[in-house]
Amino acid sequence: MPSRPAPTRVLAQPVTGTWLVKAGHAKMLRGGVIMDVINAEQAKIAEDAGACAVMALERVPSDIRTAGGVARMSDPEMIIGIMKAVTIPVMAKCRIGHFAEAQVLQALGVDYIDESEVLTPADERYHVEKGTFTVPFVCGARELGEALRRIAEGAAMMRSKGEAGTGNIVEAVRHIRAITDGIRALAALDAKGLAKAAKEYRVPLALVRQVAKDQKLPVVLFCAGGIATPADASLMMQLGAEGNFVGSGIFKSSDPARRAKAIVEATTHFMDAKLVASVSTGLGEAMRGIALEAIPAGERLAARGW
Amino acid sequence: MTARTTKARVGVLALQGDFREHLEVLRALGATGSLVRRPEHLDLIDALVIPGGESTTIGKLAFQYGIIPKLRERAASGMPVWGTCAGAIFIARRVPGHPHPIADLMDVTVVRNAFGRQQESFELDLAIPSLGAVPFPGVFIRSPTITALGPNVVAMSSLPDGTVIAAREGRLLATSFHPELTRDLRFHEYFLGIPRD
Repeated sequence: MPSRPAPTRVLAQPVTGTWLVKAGHAKMLRGGVIMDVINAEQAKIAEDAGACAVMALERVPSDIRTAGGVARMSDPEMIIGIMKAVTIPVMAKCRIGHFAEAQVLQALGVDYIDESEVLTPADERYHVEKGTFTVPFVCGARELGEALRRIAEGAAMMRSKGEAGTGNIVEAVRHIRAITDGIRALAALDAKGLAKAAKEYRVPLALVRQVAKDQKLPVVLFCAGGIATPADASLMMQLGAEGNFVGSGIFKSSDPARRAKAIVEATTHFMDAKLVASVSTGLGEAMRGIALEAIPAGERLAARGW
Repeated sequence: MTARTTKARVGVLALQGDFREHLEVLRALGATGSLVRRPEHLDLIDALVIPGGESTTIGKLAFQYGIIPKLRERAASGMPVWGTCAGAIFIARRVPGHPHPIADLMDVTVVRNAFGRQQESFELDLAIPSLGAVPFPGVFIRSPTITALGPNVVAMSSLPDGTVIAAREGRLLATSFHPELTRDLRFHEYFLGIPRD
């Protein structure tokens, strides 16, 4: 749970899997870009471009979208291959509620698990109880209540859901705005209002009080879903994201190495429009992209989870 | 707190990582904290902290934006520099297998991810004699260790098996762990106590 620590405790022996090392790891990723990669070669390109971590998966979201069918956790062989290829942290995805996939990923030694709506949900009632794991989890959210429910379950990092695999930033903007607006709205509430919000969000009151007081989530918040250009990366940082996940946007573009590097630079120097202009110049073609209206409601990934 | 620490202009390298946590602690101690993203920002500070983060990302961006030569110049003329975790890697002279440039300031060898991956990350109370008798809360996240110390480098803290996790060479400090993630301000106070020009 977020509230920490008991200051009087004495740790004479090393203790792993504490809240501080889980949520602390996400702080080390801040200001960085986490890139989806499907093999060791792409992972090397991502590392060379300055990615602060990679997400190992069999198919990037845009291909999952095209392929249809059930999307599951990736083949361990492929995840291990990527872990061997790079020295930066390696994340991997499990299906919503699929705690056995999460156990497998933990056994493989991945650095972070993304309980992700990009894969086909496994449980329609429960997300994974994340606090019981040694490995930290990142989860997606569309608004504050959803973010707080995931944090209450033990998520040590949050991201927007966006609409993965579309190259369309509109949903990520909606989600980041909804989360930051929700946090601001808490500031205006009195004790009774906070209790009502906690009930509505179905989370512990202490968590709502903490967020109302700090005016930020107790974990790092990244943007995910739809980033395709350096300007997209800058936009999300200016709207309050603390870093960016980029999925299909890099390896579905015409010059992945160059685009990866440009998005890293735009994320670091997001307030420097001249620099964003310079890295955006001559990048070649971005991924094709899909208008949100073109996706039937039943095929929208962001609607998965609750 | 001394008048000297109150007036310190301390920069935090803000290319990637947990620079905000360092900034908050430094400001709580009365220092004027600022973020360093460009070489010219180094002109405005008297001491620099390199935060935790991903050392490959930090090294690459620092090199690309020309921060390394200026930083080497400032450190050579006596500016205090402290690297935590990725920062310790960044200021080390020798880092086996590091894929991106580093600043090469401190005469130590640093080994990355020395304890393993994230699941081996841990908390442990540390004995750090320079900070007094009370144990210091050590937070190790995919941390490096310091495996070889040059003749002018002093170990400040070691694990029971002898692994060096904090060291000082003149005005340079390196720690494997993250004091900025704890509520214990002593390591930052110690850094502010290092003489500045």
